[in-house]
Amino acid sequence: MNGENLKLKHRFDPKVWKKLLPFLKPFLGRFAWVCAVMVLVALSDIAIPLFQRYAVNNFIVPRSTGGLGVFTLVYVLMIAAQALMVVAFSRGCIAIEMYLSRDLKRATFVHLQKLPLSYYNKTAVGYILARVMSDTTKIATLVGWSLLDIFWSAIYVLGVFIAMLILNWHLALLVMAVVPAAAILTGIFQGRILTVNRRVRSINSRMTGAYNEGISGAKTSKTLVIEDLNCREFSEITDNLYRNTLRATRLNAFFVPLVTFFGSLAAALVLQRGGYLVMGGALDFGMLSAFVSYALGIIEPIQQMAGIIAEFIATQVNIERVTGLLEQKCEIEDSPEVIEKYGDCFSPKRENWEPIRGEIEFRDVSFKYPDGDEYVLEHFNLKIPAGTNVAIVGETGAGKSTLVNLACRFFEPTEGQILIDGVDYRERSQLWLHSHIGYVLQTPHLFSGTIRDNIRYGKLDATDEEIEAAARLVSADTVIKKLEKGYDTYVGEGGSLLSTGEKQLISFARAVIADPPIFVLDEATSSIDTETERLIQQAISRTLVGRTSFIIAHRLSTIKHADLILVVRDGRIIERGTHEELLDMKGYYYSLYTEAKLGKLDS
Amino acid sequence: MRKSLATIFRFSGGVKKYLFITVISTALAVFFQFLTPQIIRFTVDYVIGTEPPALPPFVMVWIESLGGRDFLRSSLMLIAAMVVLCALLNSLFAFVSRMSAATFAESVIKRLRNTLFEHTQRLPYSWHVEHQTGDIIQRCTSDVEVVRNFVSHQLLQIIRTFLLITVSLALMFSMNVTLSIVALVFIPLVILYSTIFFSSIRKKFRVCDELEGELTVAVQENLTGVRVVRAFGRERHELDQFDEKNEKYTGSWVRLGSTLGLYWGLGDLATGLQIISIIAVGAILASRDALTLGEFLVFVSYNHMLAWPVRAMGRILSDFSKTSVSTARIRDILDAEAEKPEPEGIQPDMRGDIVFENVSFSYGSEPLIKNLSFTIEGGTTFGILGATGSGKSTIAALLNRLYELEEGSGRITIGGVDIRRIERSYLRRNVGVVLQEPFLFSKTIGENISIAAPGARLEEIRTSAAAAALDESVMGFQKGYDTVVGERGVTLSGGQKQRVAIARTLMMRPPVMVFDDSMSAVDLETDAKIRASLREVRGSATIIIISHRINTLLGADKILVLENGEIAELGTPEELMEKGGIFRRTYEMQSEAASDLLIREEDGI
Repeated sequence: MNGENLKLKHRFDPKVWKKLLPFLKPFLGRFAWVCAVMVLVALSDIAIPLFQRYAVNNFIVPRSTGGLGVFTLVYVLMIAAQALMVVAFSRGCIAIEMYLSRDLKRATFVHLQKLPLSYYNKTAVGYILARVMSDTTKIATLVGWSLLDIFWSAIYVLGVFIAMLILNWHLALLVMAVVPAAAILTGIFQGRILTVNRRVRSINSRMTGAYNEGISGAKTSKTLVIEDLNCREFSEITDNLYRNTLRATRLNAFFVPLVTFFGSLAAALVLQRGGYLVMGGALDFGMLSAFVSYALGIIEPIQQMAGIIAEFIATQVNIERVTGLLEQKCEIEDSPEVIEKYGDCFSPKRENWEPIRGEIEFRDVSFKYPDGDEYVLEHFNLKIPAGTNVAIVGETGAGKSTLVNLACRFFEPTEGQILIDGVDYRERSQLWLHSHIGYVLQTPHLFSGTIRDNIRYGKLDATDEEIEAAARLVSADTVIKKLEKGYDTYVGEGGSLLSTGEKQLISFARAVIADPPIFVLDEATSSIDTETERLIQQAISRTLVGRTSFIIAHRLSTIKHADLILVVRDGRIIERGTHEELLDMKGYYYSLYTEAKLGKLDS
Repeated sequence: MRKSLATIFRFSGGVKKYLFITVISTALAVFFQFLTPQIIRFTVDYVIGTEPPALPPFVMVWIESLGGRDFLRSSLMLIAAMVVLCALLNSLFAFVSRMSAATFAESVIKRLRNTLFEHTQRLPYSWHVEHQTGDIIQRCTSDVEVVRNFVSHQLLQIIRTFLLITVSLALMFSMNVTLSIVALVFIPLVILYSTIFFSSIRKKFRVCDELEGELTVAVQENLTGVRVVRAFGRERHELDQFDEKNEKYTGSWVRLGSTLGLYWGLGDLATGLQIISIIAVGAILASRDALTLGEFLVFVSYNHMLAWPVRAMGRILSDFSKTSVSTARIRDILDAEAEKPEPEGIQPDMRGDIVFENVSFSYGSEPLIKNLSFTIEGGTTFGILGATGSGKSTIAALLNRLYELEEGSGRITIGGVDIRRIERSYLRRNVGVVLQEPFLFSKTIGENISIAAPGARLEEIRTSAAAAALDESVMGFQKGYDTVVGERGVTLSGGQKQRVAIARTLMMRPPVMVFDDSMSAVDLETDAKIRASLREVRGSATIIIISHRINTLLGADKILVLENGEIAELGTPEELMEKGGIFRRTYEMQSEAASDLLIREEDGI
């Protein structure tokens, strides 16, 4: 499966970034003004040492206060303006970050709604979720803040260089001499720091996993008396974490003072050279102090730039993951003509939708799964008149869901056609079909919310009366009313607070309220308590009346009543007919039936 | 806060010296950091300028001996070297202080983590039943992370800021009292301002976190429920819900960002005002000959140095309450009483009869078992039938002391020995209980089976697996017994999980085995196979099978039917069949349902 790639790419790859461009487009205007503000902030940052120089030369050295009032006023106005600009650009940055994050999340979410179910079958939910939530956030934070930080740093460093060169190129060159060394060292360290930090994070998540296991499995651990083993394994992880955290700290603790040291080195050089110049009268005190400030101040932005570049390279992985998801192909897509007429899954044109009777025809259908090499259906023909109940029978893994997947257009025939009411279903939109099919899974999935919310999912504008009527139709209401809060009972995430039987009944009600002409049902095999099982049997027989239906069936009582039974074995349909016809054939179905009867005698 | 610190320092035994080193080296680093402006002052005033030196006499004696002002003027290099030396020493001590602080913090946190983990392992079964797994994990991870942030970052920062303020104030006051007071006024103001600010936006942060949580849940539910979404064609509805949550989350952050931006702007303004106050007052003082140029420069650079740490203090102070809450949440776990070690425990033979004598047990106010008395003969197979809530699982938990029987509510003996006298770990190793919902560790299947029998060979593992009717399925996996279970590996079906748990217990070869509804997800045929292999150990082991499925119980020597914590029926299967009570009725109902099944599948839940 899609494992996490911990390896770090060390090279900047513009191709990756190009894919991000369309998402940045809406923010170009905002970018521009934030950058403009940034320039102003950087310029005022550069100006501050010059104010200091002015103060030294005009007040402190001549020991005068002439013009101090005006100076103070100008200074205060400048810092006030700068404060305003800081407010403005930080708001701008957060807005860019958050709106970009929102757009990326939305784009992935929208795309996920279109991806085929086969994608979900082979990709873990946690993996997809991380793409939608954390990767997008990381990218947005980087673009929102780091891109602008690097811009500020660049302007600042450049501005300081220019200012220094204009003021005194002699001293300027001294400061600049230190810069390359600092930049190179930073470059070397940032890469390493990033690698170690990643390792620390990965051990950290292992530790979280260990806590998870230790605590979720605590009861089991007690019965097996393996508490000591667990503790030993856990302390191995924390030892490892301890070592690596200290390693990361050591790198940082060495690196940060080192960078500040370079600042001091530059300041010392300025002091030495500048001192002579002042003594010789070639330089004033104010200029000396301004240069010392520049020397001390220029190193940090350089360090910051190096850090951000390292971050940029590290974030490439996140971009690749997100764009990888967005580039994932939709195997089943409505043609442009179909979308033109019927709308897509987000904005359907219901006014153009034809009513449906529910006649289904497989015409010369051959099919193989996208990841399989063998055809599981070959030249299959079957015409199901509207209102027919079809039972699909076979052992686990025999391929019973293939027909259902095809009929629901979760997969499309490799060759041949499937016609609904005589029209190839590819000539209509997927949403049109899905809106007319009711689908009940063996392991029903409910959404968190109340029972009422869940039933309403089948018909979004349903009234409470309709919801209760649907529940009554499938005999779910007796079970629901027994619950303390009735229809307002909270079902928990995935319906985890309810029993399987209760979930099944509610998913029936949800399917029935939509009143679909076609019904697909995966009958449960799990032994629910006898009473609920009886209710479910009732629900099945009541819902099927007057609808075309496919049932993946296990119970004889269901199968016997079907108009048509399809017997599946090793991925192929080997027998078809009614119960009596199949028994007369004395084939596979017959042997299954006799075995089941024998099994009963045995127990 | 004091309580939190006490909790944290509980774990600092043996590493306190690092805290001491941190304080000393931070002080030295701060000292050398502050020395550089002083050198500049000296250079500006005395060497380049014409002011008196203003240095301690012993330093002056040394400088005079070198040649005084003239010597220094001719060798400014020396002064530059001094600046570099200060910077080096500052870097060195900063390194030492960070390293020792990290060593202290990481040691404390490692111990805290280990202790927490170990404690969760030793806490009684009932504690785990009462507490939500998610909540405990959160306390062990997020709350510990809050404490770690405090110990490893904030503590050092507090020490450093405190030293920065003390040292700088001392130096400033020694140079000029008036200007020092100007600087001093700003410090509490800035700290107060940022403390108030951060306390007031904490709620906004929480709202953002909650909204992010809601958005995550919405996406997750959409992904897990994708089949339902598609089947009902609800893409639009889902997108609308997603958009609503996404917008809310984005909006809350943008609003928070506005507030943060305001804080940053105001913070910068405060720093700027501090500097201009120093410049303005400095200029006035200089005009009265009360301040030299060098002193002025020192004041300006000291105030620059103080600005950020002082502002950060506000954030740290406002985080104190967070740290207190987290340590309190951690303390809740640490203070819960663990199972005590039993030096007196005995290790008797476990193959004898198991006798329940007037056993009553209640959980909370709910009585689960009422005055229960029965005997399970050693080496026989004993079945227990009961509906949910009949108290059948309690019997298993009492038997290996997952629940302790209180004094005066009867007793349970094995081979005549009261189980309360038996060493707990010995008892649990010898009474192998397979829980209804067994937990598999995310290791390989082989490791899972042999987890309680370390060093077992593959053949032994396979033998146990075969007895649990599992070997064939495992060999069908691509990696066989090396298949990793769980999140990153293969997801096993409910039935397969139960069979791994059964094999795991068989590996321990316990003289008493309890299967607590542990074949509920296994299909009937496999169930029969497992029972057949259990029959082979019959005689050498006492087997207790608890189930709601009649078939599973049919082979037992004796069956107990429980209803509401009391004995409803007790006897051989034949006797119970004839009696026509609950047992008989359940049998009929279940075989009717079974006969309706054309194909039996293993439950995939």
